[in-house]
Amino acid sequence: MQTQDIQSPWKHVMQAGLLGGTIGVLLSLVGMVTAFSQRFIISGLFTMGQVIFLAPILLMAYFAIRRVSPQTNQRVISMGLLAGFAGGVALAILLIIGRLVNLQAMFINASAALYRILAFGQEFVPGLLILLVVSTVMGGLAGVIFILPQRLRTAIIQGLVWVTLVGLLRDLIVTVTTRWGPLAGLFRALFASSGLTLIGAVIVFALITAIYYWRAGQPAGRISLFDFRASSNKTPLIRWLTIGAIIVILLLLPPILGLFFSNILNVVMMYMLMGLGLNIVVGFAGLLDLGYVAFFAIGAYTMGVLTSPELNANPMTYWQALPFAVIVCVVAGVILGLPVLKMRGDYLAIVTLGFGEIVRLLALSDWLRPWLGGSQGIQLIAQPSLGNQILNTQQELYYLFLIGVGIVAFIAWRLRDSRVGRTWMALREDEDVAVAMGINHVTTKLMAFATGALFSGIAGTIFAAQLQSVYPHSMNFLVSINVLSLIIIGGMGSIPGVFVGALVLMGLPELLREFAEFRYLVYGALLMAMMLIRPEGLWPEARRRLELHESIEPTAAVHPESGVATEQTGT
Amino acid sequence: MGVLVARQVTKRFGGLQALNKIDLDVKENSIYSVIGPNGAGKTTFFNCVTGFYTPEEGEILLDGKNITGLSPDRVTQMGISRTYQNIRLFKNMTSVENILVGMHPHLKSGLIGGILRNRATVQEETEAFEEARRLLRFVGLRGQGDMMASSLPYGAQRRLEIARALASKPKLLLLDEPTAGMNPSETQEMVHFIRRLRDELGITVLLIEHQMRVVMTISDKISVLDFGEKIAEGTAADIQNNPHVIEAYLGRGAASGLGKSETQPSAAD
Repeated sequence: MQTQDIQSPWKHVMQAGLLGGTIGVLLSLVGMVTAFSQRFIISGLFTMGQVIFLAPILLMAYFAIRRVSPQTNQRVISMGLLAGFAGGVALAILLIIGRLVNLQAMFINASAALYRILAFGQEFVPGLLILLVVSTVMGGLAGVIFILPQRLRTAIIQGLVWVTLVGLLRDLIVTVTTRWGPLAGLFRALFASSGLTLIGAVIVFALITAIYYWRAGQPAGRISLFDFRASSNKTPLIRWLTIGAIIVILLLLPPILGLFFSNILNVVMMYMLMGLGLNIVVGFAGLLDLGYVAFFAIGAYTMGVLTSPELNANPMTYWQALPFAVIVCVVAGVILGLPVLKMRGDYLAIVTLGFGEIVRLLALSDWLRPWLGGSQGIQLIAQPSLGNQILNTQQELYYLFLIGVGIVAFIAWRLRDSRVGRTWMALREDEDVAVAMGINHVTTKLMAFATGALFSGIAGTIFAAQLQSVYPHSMNFLVSINVLSLIIIGGMGSIPGVFVGALVLMGLPELLREFAEFRYLVYGALLMAMMLIRPEGLWPEARRRLELHESIEPTAAVHPESGVATEQTGT
Repeated sequence: MGVLVARQVTKRFGGLQALNKIDLDVKENSIYSVIGPNGAGKTTFFNCVTGFYTPEEGEILLDGKNITGLSPDRVTQMGISRTYQNIRLFKNMTSVENILVGMHPHLKSGLIGGILRNRATVQEETEAFEEARRLLRFVGLRGQGDMMASSLPYGAQRRLEIARALASKPKLLLLDEPTAGMNPSETQEMVHFIRRLRDELGITVLLIEHQMRVVMTISDKISVLDFGEKIAEGTAADIQNNPHVIEAYLGRGAASGLGKSETQPSAAD
């Protein structure tokens, strides 16, 4: 591998560029480029669609150059230009073929609109040339970024990423900032009707680049105010102030964000609830559960059956039914746990997958229609109330979700650092040894399943109350996959990872409606990229510093192995 | 009668006679070594003692109580703990957590206690944690409690595994090749350390070991296994001069020629 690269670096770089261009072609043909062509990053200048077919070329060129590591700057730039040109050729071939043959018979997205985007709105020949030039420039840009010193390079990459993100999230940012009085005007000046204004983009880029550049120069240890992982080293006062500030912000979010964004937050928090539960089963105890939606369904249906006047002569209120739903979920967790106690790995995954489907099919079946409503589902489910206030808008339900997530996260946190949490992790690491240490694997596994089921069930009850109805088709396998994906993306076994994962996987697609269509394509790509680049997840679990005090003891560093080594050498 | 007594222990895997009528008597507060060529049945014997395997015949007694066929966790509770030939730490847990898992049978707090962190739980955890730190110091890993087990150097992993085994407060500790893969100075350290287990903690040690220098210096008594049979038992001096042992290690021809060379057999592994 390595020697081959050294023999023909030019060939390698060119192949990488071609691959980048081919990825661009693929994304064009599946329709992502067209879908995002109206979403401007920089208003009137640069759309997300263009980012989608140009970014692969830039990335592939950069990685290829990094792999080859050419000696001189001149070579770096030329290689970048070559890679970019190769990528441009791949895209150009699509344009040419598209002009000669009607591709739309096979690829529904290979439309005139797509060709216009690829040709940057120009006629065929000038468009083709512009495409080649822009792609080549992209490759050259990759080379330039590579040449820059590390500190500046990181800063610029961050700047580019942030400009893209801020441009994409324009709607959210503008909505949030409208009530910030004088600041609102400032933010409105940065943004156009879609994306950033050119000046806004320059400002954001300069600001972010400057911040990252400055931060990289700071000594390690006092890097960031926002780094919660370091918060254990701070004084309790600052920690409590931080926590207090976060709580206040969380409480104020719905009125600030408005209806649409509150709704998105609710979806995100529902998945956070489920993610926290599955994180215990998969992340802590290492039991791969692919039928996790079952418990969500059981929670939702229990709530439905108990509170809906359709099925029940004496319907309960939400709060009366909640304890029953919780108990039913815990029992269901134990029932699933019992037969799979001896199974590991693949077998466990398959059985749990089956369990999830069984629950959905039972809910759908005619056999249970009198009790569960069959494909019609259950309507008129009770809405929860706090005091006299019935929580029936999305903004009010937000608080219910918030309380749920708060309690569940607290429990998960406490359990992780407890004796039970340790036994879960020990089972995950080496079941035979853990059992030999006196851990009862039956109760330990059942506890994990039951706790996970409980959290998911709570999510289910709120979901039922939110929609006031449940249907079997909302309990499908993809829910399980979503939850599992968000744990993997966030970081297995990491509680903050669940939050980050839910925000990224559930929040972003909702914010960018164009994504919805390509959600699973993006998930797949993201999961693969994560496994290759950052297998530990976006926010991996930071291990507590249990032994902080001991490690500061002056004697510790001198002779870690003293007791054993030095005293008795004479014997 | 010793702490651990094995009587006529026999274990078969299909047609293979892994252990054939093994008798063993380990005296309290001693270091007892089991040696033998590869495949002699040493680890199988360990697995029978610790409950991973159930012997087909014979019985194993700990302090006169029959522990034959008990499950591994029951055996642990009775006071036997072990380390493994290929280190089997909980790799993605810290050193302290590894030891705390080892203490598991002595801790009580459950799910609810863990969530609420009531006074009893906090006190128990604090004490357990202190004990874990004490054990870390004892095995020479002071200040490394927050290290991931997988990131410790090899020798330290071996010692951490012993610390984890000690955490369950055993009477009898089974060490399966504790010096495997160690350089001479690390080996020397381990030898002293095993002595300290006996002298300072009063633990009886049953040892599988390939390095003859180690075996001969620290063992109070040695048994030699070959093809599942016990072919010799005695002190280091007895074993070194036993023709059966030399034959087992070096073959029939060598037995007459090599009388007293004590380090030679280690070449056999």
